[in-house]
Amino acid sequence: MESITVTFKLNGKTTAVAIEPLESLRTVLREHLHLHATKAGCGQGGCGSCTVLVNGEPVLSCLMLAALADGQEITTLEGIGTPQHMHPLQAAFFDRFAAQCGYCSPGMIMAAKALLDKNPHPNRAEIAEALAGNLCRCTGYVTILDAIEDVVTQMQEA
Amino acid sequence: MGVKQLGIVGQSVKRRDGIGHVTGQTQYVDDVFYTGMLWLKMVRSPISRGIIHGIDTSKAEAFPGVVTVVTAKDVPNNWYTILCLIGVEPNDEPVLAHEEVMYFGEPICAIVAETEAIAAEAAGLVKLDIEELPPVLDMEFAISPDAPAIKKWGNNTFMYDGYNHRKLRFGDFEKAIQQADHVIEGDYSLSPIEHAPIETHCCVVKPEPDGRLTVHSNTQALYFTMDNTAIILQVPSQRLHMIGGTVGGGFGGKVDVITEPITCIAAMKTGRPVKWRWTREEEMRKSSTRAGVKMHYTDGVMKDGRIIARKVRSLEDSGAYHRHSPYGVQKHMANLPGPYTIPNVWVDAYCVYTNRQPSSAMRGFGVTEATFAVECQMERIARTIGMDSWEIRLINAYRNGQMRPVRKVVEDATLIETIQAAAELIGYELPAHLKAMSSDDYAGNGGHHG
Ligand code: FES
Ligand code: FES
Repeated sequence: MESITVTFKLNGKTTAVAIEPLESLRTVLREHLHLHATKAGCGQGGCGSCTVLVNGEPVLSCLMLAALADGQEITTLEGIGTPQHMHPLQAAFFDRFAAQCGYCSPGMIMAAKALLDKNPHPNRAEIAEALAGNLCRCTGYVTILDAIEDVVTQMQEA
Repeated sequence: MGVKQLGIVGQSVKRRDGIGHVTGQTQYVDDVFYTGMLWLKMVRSPISRGIIHGIDTSKAEAFPGVVTVVTAKDVPNNWYTILCLIGVEPNDEPVLAHEEVMYFGEPICAIVAETEAIAAEAAGLVKLDIEELPPVLDMEFAISPDAPAIKKWGNNTFMYDGYNHRKLRFGDFEKAIQQADHVIEGDYSLSPIEHAPIETHCCVVKPEPDGRLTVHSNTQALYFTMDNTAIILQVPSQRLHMIGGTVGGGFGGKVDVITEPITCIAAMKTGRPVKWRWTREEEMRKSSTRAGVKMHYTDGVMKDGRIIARKVRSLEDSGAYHRHSPYGVQKHMANLPGPYTIPNVWVDAYCVYTNRQPSSAMRGFGVTEATFAVECQMERIARTIGMDSWEIRLINAYRNGQMRPVRKVVEDATLIETIQAAAELIGYELPAHLKAMSSDDYAGNGGHHG
């Protein structure tokens, strides 16, 4: 198959990349652009570990054709914070031990960010609902919900 | 040393690797890419049991982009040797099957290609000529005289010192059960459980110019993996530069040394870096699980709550091969009587082979299953004789100085104190005679001590 070029805004920077027409956005992010924060737990829409934001909406990047990302705005975990300047969600996940093996954390944090960007004051049930598509096998979820609630409280106080 | 002197106890300490995890900077094995890296896909058995008459890889080898096909002939020592270093024998599991297949999904040969998609497509071109045999899938059937022997040694169990089960004998069960006021029986079973880590198995191997192999593995047991890989490859272990450390969830499921040997062989054969990562389907259906277990308890109990006799028969499903299960059943046997003082004990614990995916390690395997059954049985006893849940346990709890059925004297019992503390924490007022018990007094359980 002929490769095609797609252009999108990735973590704020205009990026052009040559892809195979049927490649998923996740493959392109991880294997062409070498942004490895976005994880690959299943490749079939079941685990949420590949969650990224497309125009602010949470998307399972394993199920989205990269070709459809043309002209869109993509945000990955790398785009929201760094070890030196963590996003409040990243800091809260760290403080609350919400990352155990860490494999689900990128997807969890991106799904949480999508929620808080739209609804800054969700209750615990709304947070759980927003994360329903993200599986974690280690933590039992309680610390993850605690971490996100911490950020909600911080935003209310700010 | 007091808790205060330890300094750190009671304080929350941040995870060393936490910032890497939450910022996406932690490197997992699937995040490792090398220039010129090849991809591996496994051709697996489509049936649960059969005889291999032929493996035709010619079409796959001719497929554009395929670099090589790894078969049993390429494996220097074609045995999984997982517990050979602690004497679990004989070897029963080939690294790659060539004579027979024993479970659905058993590895047969590996396609190594320029891309993962090519490897997957070529895997479908391997022609397998396998004569299907009726699979043995039920443990009771497997140990019955009617079952075909699926193991070369002529039956379907692991052999412990010449017996088809692990025995534990203590006191005189047959005599004691006659003297009991109540005989209370219970059946308990658990289904196999898949670890289901969010990160699937993955291995990347890079051949180095000095002849060593750099092995990136998400194993939970790096040195164990190095030893076993060296034995399978028949190379000195210093040729393996093992890099591990970050596991995206393991729970015991990543100690089987199941990806490293094949990936190493593929890298040695091609002279190029190779990655093998499992699909979710492989992780769920082909990787090992916690064993399914069936336990039957027969207890002799006195009116005052003392358990004077306990007999347990347990079947653990090892699946098609040993892996860690013979060792798991050993632990299982030791824990089936529970943390209670019972002067007459009889345990028969079987490690049974069936044509299911192999079971192996998982969080306290062997022990957890026994604990589940023991505590259900304690509740059943309490209800049958009309005693409460606290008292039945405190009366029978083991005390310091007593001999356990496995012939070990109890030295550091804290069961009674732990139960008392649990009662206090939930605000339950234990009656005075139970509150007065301690691990150093024998009176509570009627003075019986094996
Ligand atoms: S990898 Fe996309 S949902 Fe699991
Ligand atoms: S922290 Fe391991 S899967 Fe969530």
